[in-house]
Amino acid sequence: MMLSVRDLRVSFRTHEGLVRAIDGVSFDLNEGEILGVVGESGSGKTVSLLAVMGLITDPNAVIEGSIRYKERELVGLPAKELRRLRGNEIAMIFQDPMTALTPVYTIGWQIAEQIRAHKRVSKSQALERVEELLAEVNFPNPREAMSRYPHQLSGGMRQRAVIAMALSCNPALLVADEPTTALDVTVQAGILDLVRKLRTTHNSAVVFITHDMGVVSELADRVMVMYAGRVVERGSRTELFSAPQHPYTRALLGSIPPLTGEKPRRLPAIPGSPPSLLRLPEGCAFGPRCPVNYEPCRTGKPTLGDGGHAAACFRVQA
Amino acid sequence: MIDKDQPILETRELSKRFSIGTRFSSQGKRTVHAVDNVSLTVRRGETVGLVGESGCGKSTLARCLVRLYDITDGRLLFEGDDITGKSLTELRPFRRRLQMVFQDPSASLNPRRRVGDLVAEPLRIHTDLSSREISKRVAELFDLVGLLPDHVMRYPHEFSGGQRQRVGIARAIALNPDLVVLDEPVSALDVSVQAQIVNLLADLQEKLKLTYIFIAHDLSIVRQVSTRIAVMYLGSIVEEGPAEELFATPAHPYSQALISAVPVVETTPAGTRKRIILTGDVPSPLKPPSGCRFHPRCPIAADRCRTERPQLTEHRSGRKVACHFPTLAASDG
Repeated sequence: MMLSVRDLRVSFRTHEGLVRAIDGVSFDLNEGEILGVVGESGSGKTVSLLAVMGLITDPNAVIEGSIRYKERELVGLPAKELRRLRGNEIAMIFQDPMTALTPVYTIGWQIAEQIRAHKRVSKSQALERVEELLAEVNFPNPREAMSRYPHQLSGGMRQRAVIAMALSCNPALLVADEPTTALDVTVQAGILDLVRKLRTTHNSAVVFITHDMGVVSELADRVMVMYAGRVVERGSRTELFSAPQHPYTRALLGSIPPLTGEKPRRLPAIPGSPPSLLRLPEGCAFGPRCPVNYEPCRTGKPTLGDGGHAAACFRVQA
Repeated sequence: MIDKDQPILETRELSKRFSIGTRFSSQGKRTVHAVDNVSLTVRRGETVGLVGESGCGKSTLARCLVRLYDITDGRLLFEGDDITGKSLTELRPFRRRLQMVFQDPSASLNPRRRVGDLVAEPLRIHTDLSSREISKRVAELFDLVGLLPDHVMRYPHEFSGGQRQRVGIARAIALNPDLVVLDEPVSALDVSVQAQIVNLLADLQEKLKLTYIFIAHDLSIVRQVSTRIAVMYLGSIVEEGPAEELFATPAHPYSQALISAVPVVETTPAGTRKRIILTGDVPSPLKPPSGCRFHPRCPIAADRCRTERPQLTEHRSGRKVACHFPTLAASDG
């Protein structure tokens, strides 16, 4: 097991009260595996991965639970040791490539800096490696691209530069937070191809966060669906998409308009909107929007059972 | 009397150019061809979807259609009336019949005013209703878009994204418009809320006999709402046709690539769907390529495409393509 997260809880102290952003998230990840994490805004998908990366530095954050990476506990690890892992063995790609790059240095400089921070190489060796990396992420003219500043590149190129940076130290674990959301579908297709290639060539494990069910179904081996800070369903890609169990997963899949065949006259919509984490409903957080009317859901919080394919739903478990 | 076959909105070779870099650029004055020679006809009661990658000019075109931008070249006709060069005062009677809904409801609603006021504003400007009649109409509108009557006293920040977009829609339909231009109305919303708004728009269209121009980058949503779709690339329409047909058998290589790139939920092993991956990025509209603007990225480009620009030509009823080598069904000869 490369990464093992157990009962992760992240809360933030705010002046409106304690916000529980993540409430008991557990998952495992093997080498060469792509895990898709799906959820809407506020579902906790980003916060849980920021916790894995040790990037929650807010003094008002309370992190509990266990995150084991290759038999090492990451929760409570000193910042210095985390920094040695981050960018080297564990890399991250963010949604907006413009904020992940500094505008005042060239692309080549920024990627070389990352390599030199982690590996004992000369400047020229680092720059050679940058050229290789940019070629790997399909820059038509890597040498020329190295001398470019971020604002001179298109959105897709910038995201590829960020990916090149993430790959620079051959990470064993890559965490990608909505890396294609800001991009056009044509560019997105290229980036997804790149992630697939990375898995085969480097045997890296990938955690891919997205709100797009289509993207997950094309990329992931296993899927985790999150809602209001909890995992509501997990399973293999085939299990989850051919036999979704949780009412939320089913409703979400049902509300996506089809790309072929007959158009439904009306889309089966989910009523209401995702709850505020400050005012979570009593019982199951999805309860007020759930089409299933079942007594136990009003009082108890359903938990995810054991097994490969599981849903946190009393009705399914009954 | 209104002629039933008369298009509600029509553009004839409409172009919008922006001049940039007049003061500080070393290259001197340059021109961006944001919208280039677009001829589009919108008939009463239909929904025309505009799709294309970012920077293709779809939002610029939308803003030209409601005259938020001045038009550089070509003509814009509303029910046969030329409104291309009309002054702001002359435009006023048209404005109430031609409304727009924007992408980000939190940016288009004034945070310091109550939503009831925001919805009443167009009524105060364009009608001479008494304040009692206005409140009655606002209540009606709130009911129509699925908001509760006591919501009128709230401020925009008290609402969720979906509810804010409902306020934006209420504002747009307040004056009983004929045509509503929707610029990415659901893109900023949570996935689980998008379907609600799509359904609301469909209901309103039926009830109020609205005509829509719908812009979105999510192709499955555009297909769902549109009767006809126009695909744009670098400021021009490259293909136009009935929504379902265009998605089933795209004729332009760009439409083919665009549609094949949409990730769909499938239970078959990953990556089995045939996909056309385009190389390179959308060229800058500052220096568009010669000939067909798509040729540097086109998988089937020939010599002719590099020099001669294909025109948008009709191949069978309702299907127009701007390509020298379109993929057409055998029956089209």
